[in-house]
Amino acid sequence: MTAIEQPRTRPLAWLRHSLVLARRSLAKTTRNPGPIINGVVTPALFMVLFLYLFGGSVAGSTADYLRYLFPGILVMGAGLAGMVSTGTNINLDLKNGVTDRFRSLPISRLAPLLGSVLADLVRYLLAVAILFAIGALFGFRVHGGLAAALAAAGLAIGFGFCLSWVTVFVGVLVKSADSVLAISFISFLPLQLGTSLAAPVETLPGWLRTWAEINPVTHVMNACRALLNGTPVGGTVTTTLIWCAALFVVFCPLAIHAYSRQQ
Amino acid sequence: MVTVSDHGFETEGLAKRFGKVTALDGVSLAVPRGQVLGLLGPNGAGKTTVIRVLATLLRPDSGRASVAGFDVARRPGQVRRRIALSGQHTSVDEELTGLANLVMIGRLLDLPRAQALRRAAELLARFGLEDAAKRPVAGYSGGMRRRLDLAASMVGHPEVVFLDEPSVGLDPGKRDELWQMIRGLSADGVTVLLTTQYLEEADALADAITVIDQGRVIASGTPADLKREVGGHTIAVRLNDPADTDVAAGILAKVAGRTPERSTRHELVVPVAGDEDFFEITARLREHRIGVSELSLRLPSLDEVFLTLTGAPTSAANDTDKPTKAA
Ligand SMILES: Nc1ncnc2c1ncn2[C@@H]1O[C@H](COP(=O)(O)OP(=O)(O)O)[C@@H](O)[C@H]1O
Ligand SMILES: [Mg+2]
Repeated sequence: MTAIEQPRTRPLAWLRHSLVLARRSLAKTTRNPGPIINGVVTPALFMVLFLYLFGGSVAGSTADYLRYLFPGILVMGAGLAGMVSTGTNINLDLKNGVTDRFRSLPISRLAPLLGSVLADLVRYLLAVAILFAIGALFGFRVHGGLAAALAAAGLAIGFGFCLSWVTVFVGVLVKSADSVLAISFISFLPLQLGTSLAAPVETLPGWLRTWAEINPVTHVMNACRALLNGTPVGGTVTTTLIWCAALFVVFCPLAIHAYSRQQ
Repeated sequence: MVTVSDHGFETEGLAKRFGKVTALDGVSLAVPRGQVLGLLGPNGAGKTTVIRVLATLLRPDSGRASVAGFDVARRPGQVRRRIALSGQHTSVDEELTGLANLVMIGRLLDLPRAQALRRAAELLARFGLEDAAKRPVAGYSGGMRRRLDLAASMVGHPEVVFLDEPSVGLDPGKRDELWQMIRGLSADGVTVLLTTQYLEEADALADAITVIDQGRVIASGTPADLKREVGGHTIAVRLNDPADTDVAAGILAKVAGRTPERSTRHELVVPVAGDEDFFEITARLREHRIGVSELSLRLPSLDEVFLTLTGAPTSAANDTDKPTKAA
């Protein structure tokens, strides 16, 4: 038997291990790109659908309507990519014994979770980049300048990231990955569609308007719309950031707590 | 600080409940370094729970456990540096190649990339997976996955390895191959805890066997001890020509000293003292020119072991209608 290679404990070991596991998660995505496709195809379909259903009547022309619609589609893409991937991946790993193996290794207990979340950030970036390309294909142009476009992408991704902690929490608690998907799907409709996505909230019927005004996703969409179209952002960016912080502060510790207690 | 212990691992009075289910009810085990302990028990006996406690994945309600001299509750980090776990379900990544799976474990164990690659190649060769190294695991057979899982356990040169029902789902040929590899581990001086539902497997691999049922140890000793206690081997003979049945039964009865049981498919089954009887029986069958289509010398099944040890069938056999949850 070879001598035991005593691993040196180096600083930031948890970060290195998380990066190794993020690579694993991404490698799995390349072979099985379901989540990314979900995060791109669903929003793209909604874009085409709304564009040709409502384009003429809501905004006069499809080109004008695309300017209104696309930023919300972007937010939906980032939200969806996060809602499905980490939650289901974590659940699968917990259920099929992979997490047991990781936890029997001398690495941080949280490294698999952090790895998956880090990989999600890459998946959001990809989803958002592909959506921008599809938007451009349909004639969407950024009017707010490069910095504003980056800020909009950053907000969409940042919100997707903060929202994903809710799914991680659910993913740790529920029995099967299918339930995680089902819960994500059920919450998708009110969360993403009960917003200013297709039309300004002022034009929505009473009860839907009330919900859309409360729904944080509306604020993210409004903020991205203002940034991308070069119109005044008002308080939308601040409201978005506050929502991001609130979701993160509540659900990240909850998810981490549930994950590390899982036996 | 180096703690010196002659034990690869030991547990004392481990108890664990899950709600109303008592998974462990005072389990004590001790295994000298470099030996293989077979933990034998039916489904739901608590085998996986013992492994999860030893692998620092689960805190027991009471009792203590130590691995390589380190207490699992107080020094889990030290324990994790010295162990490897190969779970009941293989836990390699389907979408990754065999090589990528092993390199990843190496990287998690802080090996530099080049060294992780070297170690992975070495283990793939040792476990006969060189040709499949660059293929995604999704295309591997059950036996190949098991071997990869075992290889993944060995990346960090563990001192103690936990194998939870390693041969589940393998056909006999693949199982023998796996047994060969497990024997290789213990030849390297690794302490092994192996759980199984088959006395045959424990007998083939273990230096000592502990039988557990419903979270309690009901017997322990060397395979020879256990076999002595539960009555050793059984001979089963199937005849070419059913017309020979009476003559053959006479021969078996004479040699074994007991009347053989006759099964519906012209099979005669009788317990024997050892292989002496077996050879005696084959010789006499031949003298009488009785053609045999199947002839086997086998160990008692787990159910037979339990029947002898406890006077009752296994709890799993008792309530087959109750779904047993694998954890
Ligand atoms: N996480 C868990 N939650 C609830 N019950 C569990 C859990 N793990 C194991 N059990 C129960 O504990 C008992 C022992 O389980 P286990 O150790 O998996 O048995 P074995 O591995 O011998 O089949 C079983 O009755 C099982 O249902
Ligand atoms: Mg088990």
